[in-house]
Amino acid sequence: MAVAAVKTYEFEPADALDKFHGAQLLYIGWEDHLLFCAPFAFPFPPTMPFGAIVDQVLPGSFGYHPDFARIDWAQAEWFKSGKPWSPDFAKSLAENGLKHKDVIRFRTPGLTGIQGSCS
Amino acid sequence: MDMQATKKKLGLKERYQVMTRGLDWEPSYQKKEDIYPYVAYEGIKIHDWDKWEDPFRLTMDAYWKYQAEKERKLYAIIDAYAQNNGHLNVTDARYLNTVKLFLTGVSPLEYMAHRGFAHAGRQFPGAGPRVACLMQSLDEIRHAQTQIHALSNYNKHYNGLHDFRHMHDRVWYLSVPKSFFDDAVTAGPFEFMVAIGFSFEYVLTNLLFVPFVSGAAYNGDMSTMTFGFSAQSDEARHMTLGLEVIKFILEQDPDNLPIVQRWIDKWTWRGYRVLTLVAMMMDYMLPKRTMSWKEAWEVYFEENGGALFKDLARYGITMPKCAETIALEKDHLSHQAWGTFYNYGAAAAFHTWVPEKEELDWLASKYPDSFDKHYRPRLEYWREQAAKGNRFYNKTLPMLCQTCQIPMLFTEPGDPTKICYREVDYKDNKYHFCSDHCKEIFEHEPEKYIQSWLPVHQIYQGNCFPEGTDPTAEGFDPLAAVLQYYHLEFGRDNLDFEGSEDQKNFDAWRGMATKNA
Repeated sequence: MAVAAVKTYEFEPADALDKFHGAQLLYIGWEDHLLFCAPFAFPFPPTMPFGAIVDQVLPGSFGYHPDFARIDWAQAEWFKSGKPWSPDFAKSLAENGLKHKDVIRFRTPGLTGIQGSCS
Repeated sequence: MDMQATKKKLGLKERYQVMTRGLDWEPSYQKKEDIYPYVAYEGIKIHDWDKWEDPFRLTMDAYWKYQAEKERKLYAIIDAYAQNNGHLNVTDARYLNTVKLFLTGVSPLEYMAHRGFAHAGRQFPGAGPRVACLMQSLDEIRHAQTQIHALSNYNKHYNGLHDFRHMHDRVWYLSVPKSFFDDAVTAGPFEFMVAIGFSFEYVLTNLLFVPFVSGAAYNGDMSTMTFGFSAQSDEARHMTLGLEVIKFILEQDPDNLPIVQRWIDKWTWRGYRVLTLVAMMMDYMLPKRTMSWKEAWEVYFEENGGALFKDLARYGITMPKCAETIALEKDHLSHQAWGTFYNYGAAAAFHTWVPEKEELDWLASKYPDSFDKHYRPRLEYWREQAAKGNRFYNKTLPMLCQTCQIPMLFTEPGDPTKICYREVDYKDNKYHFCSDHCKEIFEHEPEKYIQSWLPVHQIYQGNCFPEGTDPTAEGFDPLAAVLQYYHLEFGRDNLDFEGSEDQKNFDAWRGMATKNA
């Protein structure tokens, strides 16, 4: 529905792709690990290989958790916008079909946080 | 001079009439729609402005007299508090973080309320609501000023209070209260009155003021407590105005009902999301607690609010739908919120900590269905790690909700182990939400919320560094640059309470006040 307004009310979105200096936003959440209070937001170049996120970025963001070192990435289940999804680690974000402001999550079977509390 | 002197003194009622509605006039050479350009576009139909019943019979001269008397008393107490080093009588220096949150997050909203009511008052063609808005507008600017004065004393002694106005427009978590109020003041005058006059002042205000003021009283903060008492009589007036607005609009035309109901649904939820900060203040930040957030919600919303909505049923108004979601969140809200600030304790202008053992037990007793199962393991793990010198500071920026701007920390209604994700595609862009309610608010007015100034995205766009910063320079530290932009001093204003300058100074000064050094 349109905004009730006294005249034409149209604006550019504040977070359009062209405002991120060549990067696109990707949100990543780790299921069952709420020690990290919310999913993360990252600016990545669309040409970045997906595997580089897992190898180079996620350890810095999630590595504090004792479960992180135990992750078997071959077993990890991925979701994009909540639906099952299979990334190709060798391909880029763009080739994996990831667009600006997409949200992905991963589940690590067997790992359910501090004392199994999903923390 | 041939002006006739009034023969006799006017009676109270007459005098009120002359000094309020009697000041109004019918325009003769300008069209009414030119004078009041914002009164029709929201779709609210008003047929007779004279049907407005003034909720309080107060004229300007009486207003000045009463308020001046109250303020004389207030400032006398604030002065005495300052001169006697009253700050050393608070329960514990951790309490001061509540004050920091209030000054940076709430006091600027009082000022915005002043502007909002001035604007609404200007736009209403009826003299009755105009006068009521004028007085509330003056109340609000007084509240902003008296709060700033009452709290300024703490700025002489403690960190994080030095630049609240600058921070309010920039710091990530302050975008939550700021955007809430900006949303309200950029709506039309009727929506503003329903949003702030009714939903906030009437339905939710007790959940903001009672916890802060009684929290202050319980924790020895005479300054804030006195301010609270001074504002009390104004707040009662504001609640009356909020209710009168709703009744007046609904009695004017049956077409107004669906519009008003939608506003009540929206603003109850928007206001409740802002109260997330109050929830964690009550359960985690007050060294001496008054009641739990859950208890406060049950008393002030479920009981009192329930009675209110029963009263309004005769106009066709129903309890906002979001009340069901809120009931499911009440066992979790404060814990999830405090966990978030603990995560981002390096980027907050106040200190965070893991509560002491007896405090954890208090939380477990207040939240028997959720605390030990979901939150105690997390907090105890953080404490163990901090004791080993491995205090957790989350350095990756979080995903935010497009509407309320809070990090996506809320869990699925009914499942506290899963983050609640909602999304919408609008004009080739994706938008994300913390809840069904924030999503619905967006879907109703997407053009408004696509403009949200989301702190995380603004940082990634490079808009939150001090002027002249080169983010491409070698060794560029984005967190340090963002904190400089916030005017937040690393190592003084932020990080854990344990080891903070506030903690050390308070202990040293109180020691000097109570012992022979």
